[in-house]
Amino acid sequence: MTTANFDALKVGDEIPSLITEPVSRLTLALYATGSGDHHPLHLDQDYVRSKGIPDVFAHGMLGMAYLGRMLTQWVPQEAIRSFGVRFTAITQVGERLVCTGKVVEKLEQGGEKCVRLELTCANEQGEAKHKADAVVALA
Amino acid sequence: MLIDKKHIGMKVPQHSVHLTAWQLKWFAKATGEKNPIYFDEEAAKKAGLPGVLAPPTFFFCMDMDKEHPFDYLETMGCDLGKMLHGEQSFVYHKPVYSGDTLTFDGEITDIYDKKNGALQFVVKDVKVRRMGELVCDVHSVMVIRG
Repeated sequence: MTTANFDALKVGDEIPSLITEPVSRLTLALYATGSGDHHPLHLDQDYVRSKGIPDVFAHGMLGMAYLGRMLTQWVPQEAIRSFGVRFTAITQVGERLVCTGKVVEKLEQGGEKCVRLELTCANEQGEAKHKADAVVALA
Repeated sequence: MLIDKKHIGMKVPQHSVHLTAWQLKWFAKATGEKNPIYFDEEAAKKAGLPGVLAPPTFFFCMDMDKEHPFDYLETMGCDLGKMLHGEQSFVYHKPVYSGDTLTFDGEITDIYDKKNGALQFVVKDVKVRRMGELVCDVHSVMVIRG
């Protein structure tokens, strides 16, 4: 377990992980409501089939929101300086997502002590869906 | 068909969003958020915040909060059914809360392709401001499959 303290943290330390419920069609409908993203690729089976895709799939930003939740469970949100994601695979309905993160660098940025974190959102089989990083300022 | 690079530098028409606690409540429900400062006005005020706190990725949602969020891709002739989200990042300057009104000024900053045009990438950078003050930089890369 890692406290969010600059001096105590070492490169390689992991932050507390987050495991989600399986992503359901209801999750996608709720995320469409909450995010305002009603793209039919995430909601409309008829539409996706017409595009040659077998089934609706999760919004990439849902996974990023889960990674964000992992961060804000660890530090207050005001400590997050930057947060970026590359979407590397599609999340299918039924998959449970596992968010993990570790310290990869201790740095000073804009006069503040910060850590750079490498974050991953993967399914339970370990297939990475999103690879992310974040810079967090710590006391 | 490759997207014409003449669109690099294209400005996305400004839009503004009035952030409501109602919207944030739904986002919290959708993402399994349990911390009430993200969905309960009373709890946020007790925590000393001026309103419900918008979570880190919500700037993307607000940037999309317009009638045709991908109008810039349609202008370029892209099929939105072949679109995938490639990358997304944020640089944070100030937290924002329910009750805030924010403006979004976007620009297409790059267009490139890989695999002989099988994958095309459109990069958009957006400045988010509250009363003229920069609160967040939003960087998005959309991928169009050939």
